[in-house]
Amino acid sequence: MIELAWRRFTDKIDGPLFGIALTILMLGMLTLYSASYETPSRISAQVMNIAFAFVVMWVAAQIPPQTLMRLAPPLYILGILLLIAVALFGDIRNGARRWLNLGFTSIQPSEIMKIAMPLMLAWYFHKYEAMLRLRDFVVAGALLAIPVLLIARQPDLGTALLVAASGFYVIFLAGLSWRIIIGMTVAGIASMPLLWSVLHDYQRRRILTLFDPSGDPLGAGYHIIQSTIAVGSGGVVGKGWLKGTQAHLEFIPERSTDFIFAVFSEEFGLLGNIVLLMLYLALIARGLMIAANAPTFFARLIAGAITLTFFTYAFVNMGMVSGILPVVGVPLPLVSYGGTALAALFLGLGMLMSMQRHRKLVQT
Amino acid sequence: MATEFRDNERELYFFQLRVGIAGAVVLGLFGILLARFFYLQVIQHDYYQTKAEDNRISIVPIVPNRGLITDRNGVVLARNYSAYTLEIAPDKVGNTEAVIDDLAGVVEIRPSDRTRFRRLMIEAKGADSLPIRSRLTDEEVARFAVNRYRFPGVDIKARLFRQYPMGEIGSHFVGYIGRINQRDLDWIENEELAANYKGTEHIGKTGLEQKYEKELHGGTGSEQVEVDAGGRGVRTLSRTPPTSGNNLVLTLDIRLQEVAELAFGEQRGALVAIDPSTGGVLAFVSKPGFDPNLFVDGIDPVSWDALNTSPDRPLVNRALAGTYPPGSTFKPFMALAALALGKRTPSQAISDPGYFNFGGHRFRDDKVGGHGMVDMYKSIVVSCDTYYYQLANDLGIDNISGYMTHFGFGRRSGIDIEGEAAGVLPSQQWKQKRFRRPEQQKWYAGETISVGIGQGYNAYTPLQLAQAVGSLASGGTVYQPHLVNYVENIKTGERGYFKPLAVGTLPAKPEQIEVIRQAMIGVNKEGTGARAFAGAEYISAGKTGTAQVIAIKQNEKYDEKRVQAIHRDHALFIAFAPAESPKIALAVVVENAGFGARAAAPIARAVLDYYLLGKVSKKPAAPVAEEEGDD
Repeated sequence: MIELAWRRFTDKIDGPLFGIALTILMLGMLTLYSASYETPSRISAQVMNIAFAFVVMWVAAQIPPQTLMRLAPPLYILGILLLIAVALFGDIRNGARRWLNLGFTSIQPSEIMKIAMPLMLAWYFHKYEAMLRLRDFVVAGALLAIPVLLIARQPDLGTALLVAASGFYVIFLAGLSWRIIIGMTVAGIASMPLLWSVLHDYQRRRILTLFDPSGDPLGAGYHIIQSTIAVGSGGVVGKGWLKGTQAHLEFIPERSTDFIFAVFSEEFGLLGNIVLLMLYLALIARGLMIAANAPTFFARLIAGAITLTFFTYAFVNMGMVSGILPVVGVPLPLVSYGGTALAALFLGLGMLMSMQRHRKLVQT
Repeated sequence: MATEFRDNERELYFFQLRVGIAGAVVLGLFGILLARFFYLQVIQHDYYQTKAEDNRISIVPIVPNRGLITDRNGVVLARNYSAYTLEIAPDKVGNTEAVIDDLAGVVEIRPSDRTRFRRLMIEAKGADSLPIRSRLTDEEVARFAVNRYRFPGVDIKARLFRQYPMGEIGSHFVGYIGRINQRDLDWIENEELAANYKGTEHIGKTGLEQKYEKELHGGTGSEQVEVDAGGRGVRTLSRTPPTSGNNLVLTLDIRLQEVAELAFGEQRGALVAIDPSTGGVLAFVSKPGFDPNLFVDGIDPVSWDALNTSPDRPLVNRALAGTYPPGSTFKPFMALAALALGKRTPSQAISDPGYFNFGGHRFRDDKVGGHGMVDMYKSIVVSCDTYYYQLANDLGIDNISGYMTHFGFGRRSGIDIEGEAAGVLPSQQWKQKRFRRPEQQKWYAGETISVGIGQGYNAYTPLQLAQAVGSLASGGTVYQPHLVNYVENIKTGERGYFKPLAVGTLPAKPEQIEVIRQAMIGVNKEGTGARAFAGAEYISAGKTGTAQVIAIKQNEKYDEKRVQAIHRDHALFIAFAPAESPKIALAVVVENAGFGARAAAPIARAVLDYYLLGKVSKKPAAPVAEEEGDD
């Protein structure tokens, strides 16, 4: 009886996916414990975040892909409206208009777009699945461009690029012709000087800093210099858990959130990094497997896009901490402290599980 | 159905192809990350390891305790005490004025603290941190500690402060320390002491504090400290303790100094007392003095202006750098020159009409009608000018200057503080160097006559005068005056004594010196010093003097009451006692005080009474009535 209830309860949970995520979470908690020795309350807060994220995942896993598909257009339209509202009435914080004050709470509508964008594009491609023509890709391009431009002009280039990436993955997986992909890439590279001219000063500085962090050692370069030192001084086996000097003497800024990888890398070294990369790789492989075997076009596209977005976060974060990508506000998936990011990640994982478990249901 | 199925198959194939490509890209990009990690953590590991250590470990200098300065009896003249200061690191603070405004809400910051801080910012460019407030109370320390997080770059530091417990007493020879400025940095660089001065913020600026800087400073220690990103120490890894500076123990008796300073009252002047058998300085007075404590942490502009613009010039060390004509105190030295050079015998007498005619000029004696028959003894006891007018003329300027050199006149004594004036011992050669135009360079015989009574071009420091008196008291040996008796290493207890340094011997027979000593005893017994030394329980030798500040026209008598205060004559007195075996020799100058017998001799009496009898007089020495025959 209990066994039956348990089976029903865990029916939609994908074992491998959950197992890998749980392992990464454990590593994350260890690192967070080391990084937040000064604010131990973060540990218990993160435990709460994780518990909440599990609930989100479980709920998402129960929702069949068809229901998600129905939700796509309204969610997308809501996101667009909120972005317009931000542009008109948003609060300015740190020189950017990103937040919308709803009276009781403030929200960042660009976060909604991270989910709404791939849903909407997958919905669109699924609808015209039978015969996708160039025109459909143009429409999809427009659906992608509108919110991205709205976010970019807040300005929040990092989020805009991530949203654009999640949309692009859907378009790519839907079968956009290679000629167009290559043509766009060439055009993109060609338009770089133009893009440079519209960038804000702080954005340019971040990019320049990447090439020469010592040019501004106390300002924008400080993050990169200190996190690179942390990674490099970790060596092959690391300094040992709780023994990272860069982390514990406060040389690493934002060491429990965006720069937590510096703490991990300092204390666990190259071996730790390899283990983490393998875990991410396993999770991505499982995600892509689910995508490849998903029953409907929509489910495939969504599963693929979610997985690749997950990869993007991991890659951009580690690239930024180790000094090969500019500093953008991207957390390290399943490791960084923060409830919102964690809930979003497990929402994605739940959706992947839903694609996996509802496979037979749809086919029969 | 079949085509649709086939389409589905084809579509799935294409989708899986794309997924495969995506997977390959993922692998590729992770490969790049792995390469980057390998580069940082294996190839560049040593470099980043060093960087992390540099971040973590900071070498903090530990400033040694500065040596103490005590008088001969162990009374402390300069010491250290620990206090908290609130310091701002200008490099780490953007707008210092705004930060100071904020700080004012936490601890009291007076306008004078602000002006002083601004001055320090300009003077001490590149300093790590500068004090905005010193001597914080415990409550202020606690209040700041609570608010510390609000003020990055501002911190409380426990510092040793220099304190001069005697205040104005002895301020000129003790000197003071102040914050290191560019000139001091150059000195440190030249002396190759830069390593030892890491962390040191103060340095001796004047007096003994300056002269004995190397002894007093000590050896700087160091501490390896683990610091956090804010530069704050987390824990100590290793420590090399500093070695304290050496203590200075003086030959000087600060209570004697105090008696002497009090004896001056509000008068300006100087007094130097030395031990004639060693050259050790017993008292070294320059009045008015100043409070050296004001300078320790940067003097505030108001006090500085007051000291610097005062017409009394309290910052000038008159005993060391003030030069005065010796007036009649020059006569005993002239008399010894006459004996030694064979120009006079003690009993050879002149008849004094009250003046001396030379080259159409009439050089007057103060006593109208003259002193009658005057031999050498009487010439000193009554201070007869006419006797010395003639003597000077007989000796000639080159003989005078030649002999006076032996006493140390016109030459820096080499005392152990900086800033000594050489004075002027006039001679033909000196005049040629001193003046440009040929008619000025020529020496006139009439000028020799003025020099004979200690006027004219003569100008000596009170220190030189005291050294010269000391050589008469010692029976002919000239000692280099010095303030420090020994330097003490407080760790080993080792003492480095300064041996008395005889720099010369007077070319005179002992019986010739004895003639002069007997005459000087006569001065205090029956002569111009007799009133001041009435009832003394010891036998002393002395000589009064009055130095003209402005030239008096021919045939005009000097009238003190008609002359403005700053143009009044300086009063001088030289003395040694006990006469039979002198323990102390001194010279006193009281500026613009008129006759030496009246203003200067009582100060000398107070000093001798204290030194020989232990009599303490805590009030200004009362002037005595004029003596008949004083000039």
